[in-house]
Amino acid sequence: MAFGPFLLLALMEGLVTSATLALAAAGLSLVFGVMRVVNVAHGEFYMLGAVLAWAVAALVPGPPALAFLAALVVAPLLVGALAAAADGLILKRLNYDPEATIVATIGLLYMIQQATLSLYGPNANPVQAPFDWRIQLPWFGYSGYKLFVILAAGLVLLALWAFMTRTKAGLIMRATQVDRTTARAFGINVDRVYMGTFALGAGLAALAGVLIVPIQQAHYLMGGDPLLLSFIVVIIGGLGSLRGTLIAALVIGLSDGVISMFFTPTLAKILATLLVAMVLVFRPHGLFGAKA
Amino acid sequence: MTGGGVTGGGVKVWVLHLALLAVLFSAQFWLSPYHATNLVRIMVLAVFAMGYNLAFGYTGLLSLGHALLLAAGMYAAGLPAQLWGWSAGPAFIAGVAGGGLMAAAVGLLALRTAGVSFMIVTLMFAQAGFLTLLYFAPITGGDDGFALANASRRIFGFDLSADTPRFLAAFVIFALGLLASLALVRSPFGRSMVAMRENEERSRMLGYNPFMVKLAALACSGLYAGAAGAAYALLFGYAGASFATIQYSILPMLYVLLGGAGTTLGPFLGALVMFALIEAASGLTSAYFFLVGAALVALVLFAPKGILGTIRERWVRWLP
Amino acid sequence: MAALIETCGLTLHFGGLKAVDGVDFTLNSGEIHALIGPNGAGKTTFVSLLSGRRLPQSGTILMDGTDITALPAHVRVRKGIAYTFQITSIFPRLSVFDNVALAVQARGVGDLAGRTRAALARVGMEGLEKQEAQTLSYGHQRLLELTMGLALQPRVLILDEPTQGLAASEIEGFIRLVEGLVPATTVLLIEHNMEVVMDLATRITVLNFGKVLATGTPAEIRANPAVQEAYLGA
Repeated sequence: MAFGPFLLLALMEGLVTSATLALAAAGLSLVFGVMRVVNVAHGEFYMLGAVLAWAVAALVPGPPALAFLAALVVAPLLVGALAAAADGLILKRLNYDPEATIVATIGLLYMIQQATLSLYGPNANPVQAPFDWRIQLPWFGYSGYKLFVILAAGLVLLALWAFMTRTKAGLIMRATQVDRTTARAFGINVDRVYMGTFALGAGLAALAGVLIVPIQQAHYLMGGDPLLLSFIVVIIGGLGSLRGTLIAALVIGLSDGVISMFFTPTLAKILATLLVAMVLVFRPHGLFGAKA
Repeated sequence: MTGGGVTGGGVKVWVLHLALLAVLFSAQFWLSPYHATNLVRIMVLAVFAMGYNLAFGYTGLLSLGHALLLAAGMYAAGLPAQLWGWSAGPAFIAGVAGGGLMAAAVGLLALRTAGVSFMIVTLMFAQAGFLTLLYFAPITGGDDGFALANASRRIFGFDLSADTPRFLAAFVIFALGLLASLALVRSPFGRSMVAMRENEERSRMLGYNPFMVKLAALACSGLYAGAAGAAYALLFGYAGASFATIQYSILPMLYVLLGGAGTTLGPFLGALVMFALIEAASGLTSAYFFLVGAALVALVLFAPKGILGTIRERWVRWLP
Repeated sequence: MAALIETCGLTLHFGGLKAVDGVDFTLNSGEIHALIGPNGAGKTTFVSLLSGRRLPQSGTILMDGTDITALPAHVRVRKGIAYTFQITSIFPRLSVFDNVALAVQARGVGDLAGRTRAALARVGMEGLEKQEAQTLSYGHQRLLELTMGLALQPRVLILDEPTQGLAASEIEGFIRLVEGLVPATTVLLIEHNMEVVMDLATRITVLNFGKVLATGTPAEIRANPAVQEAYLGA
């Protein structure tokens, strides 16, 4: 293949990465933005989304598209419910102390991972894509499902944006983000907002997991990379800034696709982690984000 | 005194520590070889946790990257032994220095941040370090690691792969580490470390340079981590990138939280209890990490001061 | 008397708020100098600039004629500028002894215990040394704060609202204590209680809207019409 089409393929693969990454990172960013806590178990919610998609596909009879649609609804809801329970049982009792929350979510990460290993097993399992179109470009054929992933992620993010800016619930969340004490004084039930935010963030990660699972198999350790990449995206985009998160997801996803075609993945990851550390040290508000 | 004060206790404190050391020393005579080997591991990991405790428990630096310091010590000792045939003595010293230098280097950058940012920066540095070990797999052995030649595992004519010398070596390192940490936290410098944890702004207005105090504390912490890493490599004859993974950053935090942050004996107690718990649960082998996770959650929820921290608060006020 | 600290054109604005606006100020060696003015006049911001907790946007600060404008706070403390906080800032979970020892050891570790006890005895807090600082009464916490400042053996002691919230009897003790500090230590005092100011101060500077309104002896300040207007007309 010539260089041009090769680059195009890399960019398209990068766009798929960007799309799921943007979903997962938006969840992490939302949680940090509103609740001011870092959820280290975020990648496990992504993994649970993928594993639940597999389970739903195995349980729902009929055409794969139907099972997949069911998974798109069921997995994020279940994961969201789990997250809401974790919020009520653990994070709330810690009073959302930032450091204690990180320790607790590390514990949650281990527990979810091990429970999945026990119940689901160590194998990676595929889930059939809901449809099997291929789009034939002059140079290569491309999976129609992957384009669907990009589209779906875009729509969900658009809906998230509309929810945050156009609805009363979104307004309440943003008010809580700005000042939780004042929000409480105005009669906002901050506990409920936090629980909802945590569930929503987890649901977004789970949704990303469902979308990715026809491309990449479901495995109990698959949460590590998205966690790391989401961290990178959220930090570079500016902690808590949704717009910065989206831009950063695009940049990271695309460059990840392109870079991993030319460099070894390990070297790319070393550079990326060091970049994140340096951004936090020297540009704590992120590269793209306005002042936090 | 509460929350890790500096003064008080006097003679009682030293007696308590020396008594613990005496019991540990005698353990080689009454423990089965299997349990004695476990105790060696516990003592080595407790040294690591003591270092973590200096940073987290006393200075308030919650690091998620101490695996990097452990690995620095392990490879700074292991690689010269492997490549140039260094013997255990010089290799150990290189390991200690490696941990300290790595900590200082990380601290120079990471200590420009605080709180959650500090946690993430240290996590990222450790992850970069782990990946670097994988990237240079031809030298480091990557995930598989490498075994140290028995010729390198000798000190003063003793063979560290044999049970008794190994136990004694671990005991000596542990004892020196424990007494040094006791002396350190009861010294004026230890008091200024605690001051960083308690009220950094006030400390600055007493003439302390918080950055330098924290850097020095982190470097001390790194010396301990380096010693533990080097000891592990030399006593068990193995170095591998798995020691640089996030798990080994979480373990010392778990030990310290369990035993009691800001208590001199907490790290050892935490390591001991955690080993016992895992041993007891070993029937459900895959449950190991579940147990670690559950312990972390339970500790931050119900006993944030850990075992000794709670005992100190309720009953034994002079506990250091 | 020699000038110990001089500022020239010292300025710090927060957005549109001119917290400190071109302040020229002289602190003479050995005096008790009170800084007064209405709320929001920039007093605390001004002493934050002196102590190095904030850096000015423009202007210079001289100490003994040496420029210290850019020095970080902890270096200024070591040069002899001590600051006690308006809102009590101690080490709440440490013992009283450890609190004071932290200040004492900043000047050297020889005979640390003895010097710490002496510092406590000087303010009449011997006997409390084992107590956890956060369990002290409010008055004792303020006193502990002051003791830490004194234990630094500063050349300049900046006291930010030291008598706030103290009982009348405690204020009396405080006044005697500060009187005993000069001339070895120079005192810069932010104070709202005018009785304390008039009792203690040898000179007074009035700040208003970030600018110096007047400087002079207590008698001169009392007679100054601009000061009267700022206080009464506001």
